[in-house]
Amino acid sequence: MELKHLNEYRDRDICRKIVEKIRVAARKEIRLMEVCGTHTMSISRNGIQGLLPKTITLLSGPGCPVCVTAQGEIDGFIKLSKMEGVITTTFGDLLRVPASESSLERERAEGADVRIVYSAFDSLEIAENNPGNEVVFLGIGFETTAPTIAAAIIEAEKRGLKNFSVVSANKLVPPVLDVLMKDKRLKLHGLICPGHVSVIIGAQAYIPLAEKYHIPCVVAGFEPADILQAIHMLVNQIQKGESSVEIAYRRGVTFEGNNRAKDVMDKVFETCDADWRGIGLIPQSGLRLREQFLSFDAEKKFDLSIKETKEPDGCACGDILIGVKSPTECPLFGKTCTTTHPIGPCMVSTEGTCAAYYKYH
Amino acid sequence: MKKDKILLDHGSGGGISHKLITEFFLAHFNNPILAELDDSAVFTVAEQTLAFSTDSYTVDPIFFPGGDIGELAVNGTVNDLAMRGAKPLYLSTGFIIEEGFALADLERILKSMKRSAKEAHVLIVTGDTKVVPRGAVDKIFINTSGIGIIPEGVNISGKNARPGDKIILSGYIADHGMTVLTHRAGMDFASSLQSDTAPLNDMVAEMIATSSQIHTLRDPTRGGVGTSLNEIALQSGIKIKLHEDAIPLRDEVNGACELLGIDPLYAANEGKLLACVGPDDAEVVLRVIRANRYGQDASIIGEILAESTGSGSGRGRVFMKTAIGGTRIIDMLAGEQLPRIC
Repeated sequence: MELKHLNEYRDRDICRKIVEKIRVAARKEIRLMEVCGTHTMSISRNGIQGLLPKTITLLSGPGCPVCVTAQGEIDGFIKLSKMEGVITTTFGDLLRVPASESSLERERAEGADVRIVYSAFDSLEIAENNPGNEVVFLGIGFETTAPTIAAAIIEAEKRGLKNFSVVSANKLVPPVLDVLMKDKRLKLHGLICPGHVSVIIGAQAYIPLAEKYHIPCVVAGFEPADILQAIHMLVNQIQKGESSVEIAYRRGVTFEGNNRAKDVMDKVFETCDADWRGIGLIPQSGLRLREQFLSFDAEKKFDLSIKETKEPDGCACGDILIGVKSPTECPLFGKTCTTTHPIGPCMVSTEGTCAAYYKYH
Repeated sequence: MKKDKILLDHGSGGGISHKLITEFFLAHFNNPILAELDDSAVFTVAEQTLAFSTDSYTVDPIFFPGGDIGELAVNGTVNDLAMRGAKPLYLSTGFIIEEGFALADLERILKSMKRSAKEAHVLIVTGDTKVVPRGAVDKIFINTSGIGIIPEGVNISGKNARPGDKIILSGYIADHGMTVLTHRAGMDFASSLQSDTAPLNDMVAEMIATSSQIHTLRDPTRGGVGTSLNEIALQSGIKIKLHEDAIPLRDEVNGACELLGIDPLYAANEGKLLACVGPDDAEVVLRVIRANRYGQDASIIGEILAESTGSGSGRGRVFMKTAIGGTRIIDMLAGEQLPRIC
C-alpha cells in the first residue's frame, strides 16, 4: 500500500511558500483553534507553530475522543471488564486512560479479557467465536467512528448475535464547538475544523456556527501543507472581516458530507445529553441507541449506572481541553504527569494535547 | 511501583522497560559489567576480550513475510554481539514449546535458524527444550545466548559517542515492526511489507576494518530508532540532532504507520544498525555500509552535539529538524505503541 501523495503535502518548498503568504497576510494578533486531536499531533510533530509569525497563536480544542470521554464512563468500562464472562473490545488509545482507581490496561494485567480492535466489526467476529461469552464494544469517538459502530450493530442484528452489545459513549463535534464559542475567555478569531469528522458530517455542519458567532471556519487535512493552507485561508478571512465556511481538504471533504454514513448513524442512534470530561454536561451532544436497538445497549444489559466522578487533584485537563489553558500551565505537567505516568487523559492519548506538548516541544 | 503488576508496557523497550531494568534487575544484580547496560556484556578471560549476550524471542505471528521467529532468534543475538564490535562465534538456544505445537512448524523454524547461523558464521553448540501445557505459552518461545571475541583495539560502546560524530543509519526504518503489526491486524493491503531481519556481523566487521573512528553501534530493535538514540544520548551524555528528510522510510511502510497511528521512529527494526562515527571517517564508513547487501540504503541521518547544560529532566536530548523545517523533540518511547481510534 503506497500513499504516494503524502510526500507532496510534506514538501518543504510548498510549505515555505504557504508560510510566506501567511506572514504577508497576518497583520494583527490572531488566535486560532484546531479542534481535532490529529491536527494537534500533526502541528506538534511537524513543528508548525515555530514556522508561523509570532502574531498567530494556535490553541488546541476538545478533539481527542479519548480525552473527552468522561471519567465516569471509563469507570463504567472498567466495571464491565471485571464482570465474569465478559470480553471487552476497544480502540487501543483507551487502554491506558486512568479512571478513578484503575485503567483497562491494569485490569487486563489482573486477568480481564480486554482486546484491542481496529473497528467495531472485529468485535462481531469475536462474539461469533466466543458464544459462551458476552462481547462488549466500548464505543467512543466522534462522528468519525459512530457510523461504523452503527453499521456493526445493524450487522449484528442481521446475524442474530445475542452476545454482542455496545456502550454508546459517542460524542458530536458541533455542539461542543457551540459551547466553546460562548466562552469569553478564548477570544477566538477562527476555527481549524476537523478533517475526518467533516468527511462524514460535511463542511455545511459549521455554517450555523459561522453565522451565529461570525467566526471563519476552515476544514483542514492532516499533512503540514493542508494545515498551513487552512491557516492561510483563515488569516485571509480574518483580515477581510469575513466569516464563512471553507474547505482546505477537498480530496476528502465535501460540503454535503457522506449521506450514507449519516443515514446509518441516524437509523441506529438518536442524540442525547452527554457528559464531557473536563467540560461537563452538553445538551444533545451525545448519541444513544434508538429503542429498536436497545437489546444491543450494554448499559441496559449489564445495568451499568454511569456516575459523574471527580478529576484528579490539580489536573487541568478540563481547561486544556477547551483551550483556556496550555499544558505548561498545568501544575502537574512534566512533573508528576508524564507520558510514562499519565494522570489526566490529555497526557495518555496519542492525540492528547499534553502528550503532543510533552513529546515534541 | 513494587505493589503494581507487570504490564505489557514493561516489555515495550521504551522508558517503562528502562525503569524496570534499572529499578529491579540492576538493583539486584548490580556489577560493573552489567551496569554498562549495552547490547552485550564485555569482559576479559585469559587476556581475550569477550562479548556475551542473551535475548528471548516471542513474536505473534511466528511466521511473517520476510522471516520467522527462528531467524529473529539467531540474528538478534548475533547483532547484539556485533554492536560491541565482536565477532560472534557460538550460540546456545532454549525452546519453550506449547503442547500441541506442530512438528512441521518446529522443523521449519529449525531450518531457518540453521540457515541464519550459517550466514552469520556461528555454531549453535548447546541447547534446551521444555514443553509446557496448552496455554502456558503462546506456541513457542525461543531464547538464544551468544559469545564472541572482540578484536584488539576495538572499543565500541553506547557511552563512546562524541560531539561532532555523524550518525549513520544502515537503511529503511520500521520494516519489521510494521510487517508484524499489519500482519497481526489482518491488513491484507500491506502484503508488500517485509521484515528486515538480517545478521549484521559482516557489515560491522567491514566497518571496523575500514575505520577506527566507530564509537557507538546499536541495532534499533524494540523501541525503534527514537528510543535507541535516546539511550545513546543518555549513556554518552551528549545531544543528538536528526534530519527527518534524511531518514529512509518506504512509502508503503509510512502508509501503514499513518493508518495505524504508529510513529515509524519507534517501530522495531531487526536488520538495521545505527553508527556514531567520527566526522572525518563518516563518508568512507557510509560507503562501506552501502556496499554490504544489508546496507544499500544507508544514510547519514544526524549528528552528535555537545550536551547542553541545565536540562534537569534529561528530556530534549534528541531533537529533529522536521521535513518542513520545524523542530521537534524525539523522546524515549513511553510504553507500547497502540493503534489509534481514527
